[in-house]
Amino acid sequence: MFLANLVSSNPWLESLVRLGVVGVLLPLSVIILSWLERKVLGRLQVRLGPMRVGPYGVLQGVADTVKLLTKEDLRPQTADRWTFELAPFVIVVPVIMAIVALPFTADLFVRNLALGLFYIIAVTSLSIVGFVMAGWGSDNKYALLGGVRAGAQLISYEIPLVMAIVAVAMLGQTLNLNAIVALQDDTPFIAYQPLAFLLFTIAGLAELYRQPFDIPVAESEVVGGPFVEYSGIRWSMFQMGEFVSMVLISILGSLIFLGGWIWPFNGDIGPLGQAALMSVKTFAFILFFMWMRGSMPRLRIDQMMSLCWQLLLPFAFLQIIINGLVLVYDWPDWTLSVLSGAGALAAVYLIYRAARQQGVTYEPAVTGRQRVGSVL
Amino acid sequence: MATDFLRPAEHELETVDININVGPQHPATHGVFRMVLTVDGELVTDLDPVIGYMHRGNEKLPENCDYRQVIGYHDRTDYLGQFNTEHCYVEAVERLGGLTAPERAEYIRVILAELNRIASHLMFMGAFGTDIGLSGTSFMYAFRDRETIQDFFEEITGERMMYNYFRPGGVAWDVPDDFKERCRQVVAAIKRGLDDLDGLLTKNEVVLARCRGLGPVSREDAINWGITGPMLRATGFQHDIRKAEPYSIYDRFDFDVPVGSHGDVYDRLTVRFEEIRQSVRIVEQALEQMPEGPFMAEGMKRILRVPPGEIYMRVEGPRGEYGIYLVSTGTDRPYRHKVRGASFCNLSALRAMSVGHYVADVITILGSIDIVLCEVDR
Repeated sequence: MFLANLVSSNPWLESLVRLGVVGVLLPLSVIILSWLERKVLGRLQVRLGPMRVGPYGVLQGVADTVKLLTKEDLRPQTADRWTFELAPFVIVVPVIMAIVALPFTADLFVRNLALGLFYIIAVTSLSIVGFVMAGWGSDNKYALLGGVRAGAQLISYEIPLVMAIVAVAMLGQTLNLNAIVALQDDTPFIAYQPLAFLLFTIAGLAELYRQPFDIPVAESEVVGGPFVEYSGIRWSMFQMGEFVSMVLISILGSLIFLGGWIWPFNGDIGPLGQAALMSVKTFAFILFFMWMRGSMPRLRIDQMMSLCWQLLLPFAFLQIIINGLVLVYDWPDWTLSVLSGAGALAAVYLIYRAARQQGVTYEPAVTGRQRVGSVL
Repeated sequence: MATDFLRPAEHELETVDININVGPQHPATHGVFRMVLTVDGELVTDLDPVIGYMHRGNEKLPENCDYRQVIGYHDRTDYLGQFNTEHCYVEAVERLGGLTAPERAEYIRVILAELNRIASHLMFMGAFGTDIGLSGTSFMYAFRDRETIQDFFEEITGERMMYNYFRPGGVAWDVPDDFKERCRQVVAAIKRGLDDLDGLLTKNEVVLARCRGLGPVSREDAINWGITGPMLRATGFQHDIRKAEPYSIYDRFDFDVPVGSHGDVYDRLTVRFEEIRQSVRIVEQALEQMPEGPFMAEGMKRILRVPPGEIYMRVEGPRGEYGIYLVSTGTDRPYRHKVRGASFCNLSALRAMSVGHYVADVITILGSIDIVLCEVDR
């Protein structure tokens, strides 16, 4: 009791304790998720997944961690030393910084920021630098190609992702995540803006560079991309960055679209109930990402780009215009749902039609040496 | 001046193409194939295929072997279509030596060769899926069904890879008693599994977006390049050696030759799917018709001497025309032994198909050729 009082009386101490909890939970969740991913992929691929270490292989993640920590940390002789060695930190640290502003339940959060959404968007975009650093610093052509691909892809998809989040912020009239969740006590925002949810999920997939957007790390093309030269602990930091970003996007999606811990039980199910509810929603996202990984091939880089700039971005603006009209003219709520739903269906239809377009002939872009896409 | 920014910059950004060495150890090169890509950003401006890492003298070595010892070398050229290559060789020796295999042996050969074609195409589906980015799902589904075929082959020949089962004049030993029953089980498993794979690959939006219209080859170009097999049929040219000049007993079966219409990567995929279905039809008919009887011709000598002469024998392998040119001088070993590998000829069109495409597409096109490096390098 005394301890609890002491902690709650000092905001710095309180934050430190909360940060400690997050700091323990994050690596733990990475270990669990890496096991879960292999299990889920195994099930999708008519095999069992890890079965040897512990019952149903549950300790596989621990074994992998021990292996990675004790492995030699190799650095190519020609690599740019500091760029190479700092890149994993540049990727992981922003993601963990973003987690700090992310509430999991009404009580379980590190800091309730008034500009939480803005802070998360601002901080996560920093990790792009890490990919480019890793690609450049490795002095490996596959890594370079992968790093440049990562830069192009992550910057492009940042925009529709942010637009989808902006749509939510318009609806909630706030950037505080706790306040946004509190607004969804009877209807989650996904019901009001399915289009923004669709954009958020697709752009989220791309931000996590998972199939069908795993272009930067494409195993069959650039053999792991920026990570190709890394080993041991540094490689595992990339892995950790990947899984923590997955948790981040999943929690963020659950908070701003699926009603967080409030919907559908109005939040009065106790802290444990809230945590369970959030876990269900978060894992729904995570399992969706894993499902995509098991069943989707990879897009080509130009298709990935045109999907972003020609489809997601215009539709993101559409969502924002719809939101603006509804808010300014005070139209009833159901018009928002209907318009945004129509937009989502149109987006899905456009993708469907583009894939099945008849008489496609794909012309080679260059013959011989010729500059492509020259900047005028 | 305020309008300065409208004029193009005098010095454009200087860029250099870089060479990327893909292979010989790279997940997408299916063995030890190597290609040197010259890339301008993501675009491949030049491609230089380098082969020969797998050269083992598979054409010269048999010239010092007994006619029956040569069979093992044919398992090791096209190691995914072993029965098809063995079929070609024993058929060549039989035609040159005037031998006739008994009916039962011919049926066994056709059944095994067709199942082998299915296994090879399944392997293609799996590897192709991985090439375009499915993280192993297509591989696992394809291997689930391929494994049933491999188990079946193992029961018959005792081997999982280098079967060495066909002989000039028949087959090495008779098939097990439950051959027909087990074969029907295998065929049923393939039919079931193929629908899963079909649903996973051919209707997937990303596969459609990636493969349709990619790397098209016209019919004339295909013939000029010497392309054969599913790649040639994908261009719409109905050419199958099993139909064009039926060898063995292929004229007794009712099957279609599937063709594509554009000659692109997607057509190559769908043609192979359809070929599996046609092979299943052949196997089912052969199982119905298969007679009892001897499995080896009467009066085979312990040392096989083939009368002087020469022959070019070709069969329809999983990858296309697999041909053997054999010259005999009347001794117990071939005087000249030359192999025409289908994937070697198909691979020669790689550069023409790939230049100007993105790196990812080059990998896809290479995957769609379905090369077997042991057959390319021999």
